[in-house]
Amino acid sequence: MNQWEVVIGIETHAQLATVSKIFSGASTAFGAEPNTQACAVDLALPGVLPVLNRKAVECAIRFGLAIGAHVAPRSVFARKNYFYPDLPKGYQISQFELPVVQGGAITVQVGSGDKAYEKTITLTRAHLEEDAGKSLHEDFHGKSGIDLNRAGTPLLEIVTEPDMRSSDEAVAYARALHGLVRWIGICDGNMQEGSFRCDANVSVRRPGAPFGTRREIKNLNSFRFLKEAIDFEVQWQINEIEEGRAIQQATVLFDPDTGETRTMRTKEDAHDYRYFPDPDLLPLVISADWMERVRGELPELPGQKRERFMRDLGLSTYDAGTLTASQEIAAYFEATVAVAGQANAKPCANWVMVDLAARLNKEGKEIVESPVSAVQLGGLIQRIADNTISNNIAKKVFEALWNGEGATADEVIDKQGLKQITDTGAIEKLVDEVLAANAANVAEYKAGKEKAFNALVGQVMKAAKGKANPQQVNELLKAKLAG
Amino acid sequence: MSLTLEQVKRIAHLARIEVSDDEALTTQGHLNGIFQLIEQMQAVDTAGVEPMAHAQDLSQRLRDDAVTEADRRAAFQAVAPETEAGLYLVPKVIE
Repeated sequence: MNQWEVVIGIETHAQLATVSKIFSGASTAFGAEPNTQACAVDLALPGVLPVLNRKAVECAIRFGLAIGAHVAPRSVFARKNYFYPDLPKGYQISQFELPVVQGGAITVQVGSGDKAYEKTITLTRAHLEEDAGKSLHEDFHGKSGIDLNRAGTPLLEIVTEPDMRSSDEAVAYARALHGLVRWIGICDGNMQEGSFRCDANVSVRRPGAPFGTRREIKNLNSFRFLKEAIDFEVQWQINEIEEGRAIQQATVLFDPDTGETRTMRTKEDAHDYRYFPDPDLLPLVISADWMERVRGELPELPGQKRERFMRDLGLSTYDAGTLTASQEIAAYFEATVAVAGQANAKPCANWVMVDLAARLNKEGKEIVESPVSAVQLGGLIQRIADNTISNNIAKKVFEALWNGEGATADEVIDKQGLKQITDTGAIEKLVDEVLAANAANVAEYKAGKEKAFNALVGQVMKAAKGKANPQQVNELLKAKLAG
Repeated sequence: MSLTLEQVKRIAHLARIEVSDDEALTTQGHLNGIFQLIEQMQAVDTAGVEPMAHAQDLSQRLRDDAVTEADRRAAFQAVAPETEAGLYLVPKVIE
């Protein structure tokens, strides 16, 4: 048995959804020509001063309120000093002793199906800071090229307590946080463009023992890399310790090509940032009025929606959690229920989570790109509920809607003649024909072979081209065979 | 509290300031003079006084989130030592 306990804490840099930078009026649009969005403030030319972006602060307030944190009425910007060419001032403006968001928690769902469980991850803090520029090390005659378009882009750095105990929990947290920042509209969550990137602090220990020495894996920009990097790192640390070597505190990078982590710098050459309050910026004061206004503008949060789905629609914790994983999924589900009716909430949940999800997955599509709209799906579920079609036929109709063979489920059912046969007389006639033609099966059934019954049901359904009401077929067959 | 010569050299290194041994000694004297001043200030009883983050007792002014800066890359790069393909070139750095 594995007697090691894994301890993980995560720091996330979420790029805030502003049009201009945190301390200057330069654009934050992605993909511009190098240095065309780097103004005098971003370049740290002499004599410039930072002026704080109100929207960036508002994003931080939204986040703090959404996770039930303390939003500091007064917080302070500090200089984090280090030298690197993509940091023109020689310091990054960040927050240190008095961050804008303090505490808070996010409840996440780990795993799926029967093994799913809930866990609450405690947050330490979230603070506002500016991003650095980009260094390009390709060959410029032995020099490095610097693009400062990203310099000064507003970030919210979100830090957890070392609460996670597996890479699955770490990924569940990262996904929940990713969903939340998009849900409340403070970050576009685009991981390819670096709008949402995670650092994982990983250590191992014997259960009950003090925390082990941690190593920090930097800049993980996909959930898959986050999991792979942690799994590799954990195994590496366990091997080191079991072979008698102590873990040295270090910063490491994950190489997606090899699936391995490698040391970037150790504690000895770790940065000494010499934080101090930035004299260019006065304390950030957030009034109670401002906070209340932002609170009033917050949408229903994932946690609240989840509770409501469970309370009002009778969904399980797992279903409610899955359907509130992102605002898009939740919106689609709610629009489906709006058409199909609250009484059909459970089948709506199943269709969205199982059939639709599988079909989207197969085509690599997002739910917002679904060819079958929520209104169409709701209409389809209505027809299952009122016995117009069976579940099996419904899958056919769904496929037809997906392929654009009709505007509504009703139209497809009509055009393709898929209406379920519920007329007892008609079904009885089919049953009689099948019984007459399959004497062998009948004899087997009467001799006690249950399987023969299923064969007979299959024959009737085949004769009905799948359209007979399965429950009626069962009942009639049983009655006839018993008689 | 006072600084050792080693600490002075470390601070100079972190600030990327080159100091000779003579200069380090002079600087040590200056810095320790500042520390004496701080010690005097620390003798004052400040119990119950909230620390200030800035010498002025004001709060930060905020600006609206709007793009107000046009592209002035050509002007900025005209005074840069070396540029290429819109990038500022610097001695190669790989961490």
